[in-house]
Amino acid sequence: MTYTLAGTVDETMASTSDMLIIAMIVTYAAALFLFAIEAAYGKRTNLRAGKLMPVTVGSGKDAGAAGSGDDDLDIDVNVRTTEGEAQASQSNLGRVALGVTTLGFVMGVAQIVTRGLAAGRWPWGNMFEFIVALCLVAVGGLLYASFRYQARFLGAFVLVPVLLLLGIGVKWLYVDPGPLIPALHSYWVPIHVTATIIAGGAFMVSGVAGVTYLVSHRAEARRALGQKVAGIAGRLPSPELLDRISHRFILFAFPLWTFGIIAGSIWADEAWGRFWGWDPKEVWSFISWVIYAAYLHARATGGWRGPKATWINVLGFLTILFNFFAVNYMFSGLHSYA
Amino acid sequence: MSTTTTTDDDTGSGAGPGDGTGAGDREGGQPRGLGPLGWLRWAWRVLTSMRTALILLFLLAVGAIPGSILPQNVVSVDEVNTYVRENPELAPWLDRFYLFDVFSSPWYAAIYLLLFVSLAGCVFPRAVVHARAVRARPVHTPRNLGRMPYAATFTTGADPETVLGQARKVLKGYRIERYGDSLSSETGYLREAGNVLFHLALLGLLLALAAGSFFGYRGNMLLVEGDGFANTLPSYDAIYPGHWTDTDALEPFTLHLDDFEASFIEDGNLRGQAESYVAELIYKESPEAEEARHTLEVNHPLTVDGVQVYLLGHGYAPEFEVRNADGEVVFDQAVPFLFRETATFTSDGVVKVPDTGGEELGFVGVFLPSAAETPEGDLVSDFPGAENPRVTLEGYRGDLGMLDPQSVYQLQTSGMEELGSSPVLGIGDSWDLPDGAGSITFTGYSEYISLQTNRDGARVPALAAASLAVLGLVTTLFVRPRRVWVRATRGADGRTRVELSGLGKTEAAGNNAEFHELTTELAGRLRNDESDDNPRNPRSSTPSDPPESTTTRE
Ligand code: HEM
Repeated sequence: MTYTLAGTVDETMASTSDMLIIAMIVTYAAALFLFAIEAAYGKRTNLRAGKLMPVTVGSGKDAGAAGSGDDDLDIDVNVRTTEGEAQASQSNLGRVALGVTTLGFVMGVAQIVTRGLAAGRWPWGNMFEFIVALCLVAVGGLLYASFRYQARFLGAFVLVPVLLLLGIGVKWLYVDPGPLIPALHSYWVPIHVTATIIAGGAFMVSGVAGVTYLVSHRAEARRALGQKVAGIAGRLPSPELLDRISHRFILFAFPLWTFGIIAGSIWADEAWGRFWGWDPKEVWSFISWVIYAAYLHARATGGWRGPKATWINVLGFLTILFNFFAVNYMFSGLHSYA
Repeated sequence: MSTTTTTDDDTGSGAGPGDGTGAGDREGGQPRGLGPLGWLRWAWRVLTSMRTALILLFLLAVGAIPGSILPQNVVSVDEVNTYVRENPELAPWLDRFYLFDVFSSPWYAAIYLLLFVSLAGCVFPRAVVHARAVRARPVHTPRNLGRMPYAATFTTGADPETVLGQARKVLKGYRIERYGDSLSSETGYLREAGNVLFHLALLGLLLALAAGSFFGYRGNMLLVEGDGFANTLPSYDAIYPGHWTDTDALEPFTLHLDDFEASFIEDGNLRGQAESYVAELIYKESPEAEEARHTLEVNHPLTVDGVQVYLLGHGYAPEFEVRNADGEVVFDQAVPFLFRETATFTSDGVVKVPDTGGEELGFVGVFLPSAAETPEGDLVSDFPGAENPRVTLEGYRGDLGMLDPQSVYQLQTSGMEELGSSPVLGIGDSWDLPDGAGSITFTGYSEYISLQTNRDGARVPALAAASLAVLGLVTTLFVRPRRVWVRATRGADGRTRVELSGLGKTEAAGNNAEFHELTTELAGRLRNDESDDNPRNPRSSTPSDPPESTTTRE
């Protein structure tokens, strides 16, 4: 029998990390405020066509670079789509908000790094650290969507759950940095946990985009009935666009989640002597997986596309949250690092 | 654009959707007067429809929920027993619906077997259709290309053959077929292949798991430092063999626990948290084989003769020496105690001494690895490590009832007379029993480990199937099947009219952007061709960038 001291924790790093998380929360709150103003008071303007935006050049002349001379290379394009041009509420404040969010994201990275240095290990080993990392991925997803799909309009919607989760994390789940229990001493843990955290963050962005879609879909339905839609709901981008963004993130997250489950079962095989044992955590990750598979199926099933499929997506994210929170506290199981 | 499983679209004259691809939404119509065969067909179509798959997937998810809320026998038999004891009214009803064995229950099996039958009925015909489609030529160019979701036209001075020649270069990665004045091309065949691979791999996974559970076994036992274990049925404390496992022919390996060390964090607010467990094992593959050593740790199992040996837990085995009334040593060994909680390792156990020469003796004991007094004067353990080991005992005399099967962790005191409680014993302390019945000495302690052995032939096949599933999944989710047609016809003015149309079979909005890039690239190449042909053209020296479309850039 030997004993070691828990003195491996670097106290300066630990306090830096704790300070950073507070600063990050304040920063995100500021960004949320700015995003909300953009969503509510921005001007509804066209988004550029892109990977997820329809090309609605109509039948207009699309001049090539060589417009001069006797060689007329004008291309006449006809795109059949029922979709109008994608629009979103935009203002310069949104750009500022994006900058502020990026700042918060950088703080988040620094927070995780310093916490890892403080504890002398990879920094996602308990509930608090999971939540923080999950939120970091979700914000990363938001930034990616903003730059790649011009989906800045999701900002306000993504930051709400992020701030909620961070608040819960800091208030109720906080633990001091420290070493891990022996069951977590395996290189499969970082692989497995990293995959599930990244997938979880992407599911979160997808779920948020899904909820936004549902709001936008209702707004459009009411508009079709001739009713006026007030507030942010009436200024959201088209439901088609939101649906595509939401789907995009699932395309990314679902295979990663699948991989995460496989990595987890390899680790379970090494640690507990069976690769699958229907432990509550395993049951719920299986349930989430099945629900997202159902979502993908629903999109390919007549009569299920649109809001119904999106509800499945939202349900899927709720099961992920349930797995993160409830399973750690309500059920006894091998995955008890709460 | 539709993503239902219709493998062809309204433009094509290629292979139509094979009969029984089954994944469309054709189950709607009720069969009227079809006879038994018709009904059967109808039932099969319903079963293999996407909607049924969707519903079964939901049932699969919902059915799993009770398996996480109620204790399960696969997870812990003890928890189920505790639950049954605490809920004597409800538990028999739950048990009637297999709610303590959800994942091996007939109703759960019905869900997943139906799902997999549905899957097979869906995926095999699809595989056949796809195999045919892969070998088929791209479909005929439709007459009216302007009706496609994306349609572009432009004119060029290049002749039609040049246009089609350049188009072949632009359509890199497409399978191309010439039809008269046009090219028909298609790409993204891998999406369907990936989908089939994914679904087949799931089927393979199910089969591997089934085979593993029928032929494998799982067993648990304790091993005290210095003791050995031989892999035979009676050596186990508990063993769970599969249906067709031959338990008389288990792998003949032996284990010996040389040493075990647990280390705990000693101070700070994580005091008492375990830091590592290390067990030094000596093992032999078979009685004739050479000895080998293995350091067993939580994430470092031993593989011997195809069986995995895992470290599950550990505990203390205090050692006792018992003397009878005549002062002869009648018992001298370590007795494994079970811990109540990992934070303190306060452990309970039972010492049974049947052979005393006189009346049988029994003791119920509590072991405190780090005994300390609370302010109220109670004796507790405040640390899991053995810093200050103490034992207290209650003695009994009479009939241990050893003829009946009984647990080594329980003392049947019904046929026994109480002898009272011992003082708190440190190492080396003795308790002289009342009435000169003898004495018991706490001579020290060993540690024991609890081990699990597991033979599951499914491990590797299941991993292979799961990996293939991921591969298929990624392929099917990211490959976009799409068709492009290019037609070049000479107009009355002598110029060539080029039509380029595209049809994506998935809903990806990126398709149109990509088709437009193809158009601009083709136009750009033709323009450069023209300028090369015509040296007087002043623009022949301009760089050959394709014309950019402001509307398709991201
Ligand atoms: C019961 C029979 C099943 C049928 C009829 C079926 C049918 C299909 C079809 C037609 C697609 C193609 C959708 C598309 O091209 O977008 C598909 C995709 C898929 N299926 Fe199944 N499937 C079945 C079972 C399962 C099962 C049991 C799972 C796993 C739990 C599963 C998971 C998936 C996934 C993840 C996709 C990808 C969706 C996509 O391509 O967007 N399927 N399935």
